[in-house]
Amino acid sequence: MLFKGFSAILTVLAGIGVALVLYWILNKIVEFLPGKWEDRIKPYAYIAPAFLAITLYLIYPAIRTVFLSFKNDDSTKFVGTKNYTDLLKSHDFQQTLYNTLLWILIVPAATIVLGLAVGILADHLRPGSEKASKTIIFLPMAISAVGAATVWRFVYAYSPPGQPQIGLLNAIWTAFGRQPIPWLATSTLHFNSILLMVMMLWMQIGFSMVLLSAAIKGVPTETLEAARIDGANERQIFGRVILPQIKGTIVTVFVTVTIGVMKIFDIVYVMTNGNFNTNVIGVDFFNQLFTNINNGAAASIVVMLTVAVIPIMIYQVRHFRAEEAAR
Amino acid sequence: MTATLAPPTDVRPKKKRRGAGGEGGAGRASWPVKISVLLICFLWIVPALGVIVTSFRTVDDSNSSGWWEVFLHPFKYIPQLTTANYTDAIHQAGIGTALINSLAIALPATFIPILIAAFAAYAFTFMRFPGRDTLFILIVSMLVIPNYVAFVPILQLYSQLHLAGTFPAAWLAHIGFGMSLAIFILRNYMSTLPKEVIESAKIDGASHFTTFWRLILPMSTPALAAFAIFQFLWTWNDLLVALVFIGPGENQPVTIAVNNLLGQQGTGWELVTAGGILSMIIPVIVFLSMQRFFVRGLTAGSVKG
Repeated sequence: MLFKGFSAILTVLAGIGVALVLYWILNKIVEFLPGKWEDRIKPYAYIAPAFLAITLYLIYPAIRTVFLSFKNDDSTKFVGTKNYTDLLKSHDFQQTLYNTLLWILIVPAATIVLGLAVGILADHLRPGSEKASKTIIFLPMAISAVGAATVWRFVYAYSPPGQPQIGLLNAIWTAFGRQPIPWLATSTLHFNSILLMVMMLWMQIGFSMVLLSAAIKGVPTETLEAARIDGANERQIFGRVILPQIKGTIVTVFVTVTIGVMKIFDIVYVMTNGNFNTNVIGVDFFNQLFTNINNGAAASIVVMLTVAVIPIMIYQVRHFRAEEAAR
Repeated sequence: MTATLAPPTDVRPKKKRRGAGGEGGAGRASWPVKISVLLICFLWIVPALGVIVTSFRTVDDSNSSGWWEVFLHPFKYIPQLTTANYTDAIHQAGIGTALINSLAIALPATFIPILIAAFAAYAFTFMRFPGRDTLFILIVSMLVIPNYVAFVPILQLYSQLHLAGTFPAAWLAHIGFGMSLAIFILRNYMSTLPKEVIESAKIDGASHFTTFWRLILPMSTPALAAFAIFQFLWTWNDLLVALVFIGPGENQPVTIAVNNLLGQQGTGWELVTAGGILSMIIPVIVFLSMQRFFVRGLTAGSVKG
């Protein structure tokens, strides 16, 4: 045990040391080149290791995944588009897509609205209480979905009628004289998926609150005073002066949460493993890969996910270009 | 050269004014506002409280009564509280080893990519070379690519190299997956540093290597810290990459260990809750002590947008 801890620290030092020596050597080699060439080559020497990592772990696998998605379960022969058609025809996968769509429709919007609301409320408090309340709401962001699952399993726990209910929700429910409900197994109107989304919101709202409230504080006071002098009420000020000025941040939070939700995995995996009709793309991918041991199906799920992400990618690049131009 | 060396400690203007909060501004909250914030905080704390309380209760108590009973009948339940769950979780359920494994995975996966990314960010910010903008656009577009694309091919590669299940398997993966974000954050920050610093260093005859090591890296501390916290929390809390590249076994991190406890039928609440709390302690400490950097990293990246 001690050895592992020690070797971790050693690895950090060795890793950083080796990287530094590597750059130093690269730098020296490049410096031996005649003057003009030194300036030409050096930038590439500086970015090469980073690009090696990105190429090896994202670009090459992305291309290979596209290939694998047209191959069979152990990648030994081409099967054309069979993986895609099989998936899209299967009722289970359609449900999975539908559930993921629900997450995408509900969670980002709810994160923005609730984060904005909580942030505005907390901003009215004295600085001490503001900081304390924001820390409490922000804190779940620090823990893992597994940790959060140990928390929320307790809220949603179910015992058969007659036994003591140790889950908070069922304790409250039965206190009103009703029969206990196995919440996470209740898929009527996707209720269990919504309960999982509540968990996600518990973890994520702090993030949106911190960013949005910082953006609101960054709105120049002059614009607010000008609006007040013109006789605008608080609601108009919020809707017409503040909101337009924090639009950029809202979009950023929205995009970030949307990407996170599209590939949501751990909350669902840990809480239900996709059972009771709560399956989402991330969990389905994992189970295709490790339970069904079907590389082809797993790869084609990733390809579909990546295609769905491309519009966001285009948006990000455009946004970045516009920002660079404004610099 | 000394005159230009003063590091810009915070490039964002300090915003002490707070007119945009609404009618009253700070400190003059009405009672409904105070009560609603209190209620929201209560809603946030109560679920977590259940885990904390249960982790100190005996098996029989946790199975026969809700954790809130401790507060309703303190004289009955408080004397029975115990720390035995924690020793059991650490020694018998393997959480102790798993915590060490998590550190062994997260520390190298956090610190090694930073230097690599910093060099690249430096080149992207302060050097001119053909293809620079195109390559950076590539980095920006890689930000959103789900790392799922890597799993099948890399897993096949790892099994050929007999890397699957080892720590380096996870380190390398985390380095690859975190790289584009690291470059993006660092480059955004470096481009806000005053260009004159570089110019005067150049005039004084400093090489790029010296400028980077002596000037730019120290000046970028806030961004380096912001990314380090991000990456540490991400790798510590990660379940998916660990499941795929390390899997359950002797090298499993704490997320897998606790997840196994959650999944086992018959594992009592006492181990699950103690294990869960143990898995949260380090990230919560890191988060609370470095919150300032974390928030700055978050806002610096987004508020501008």
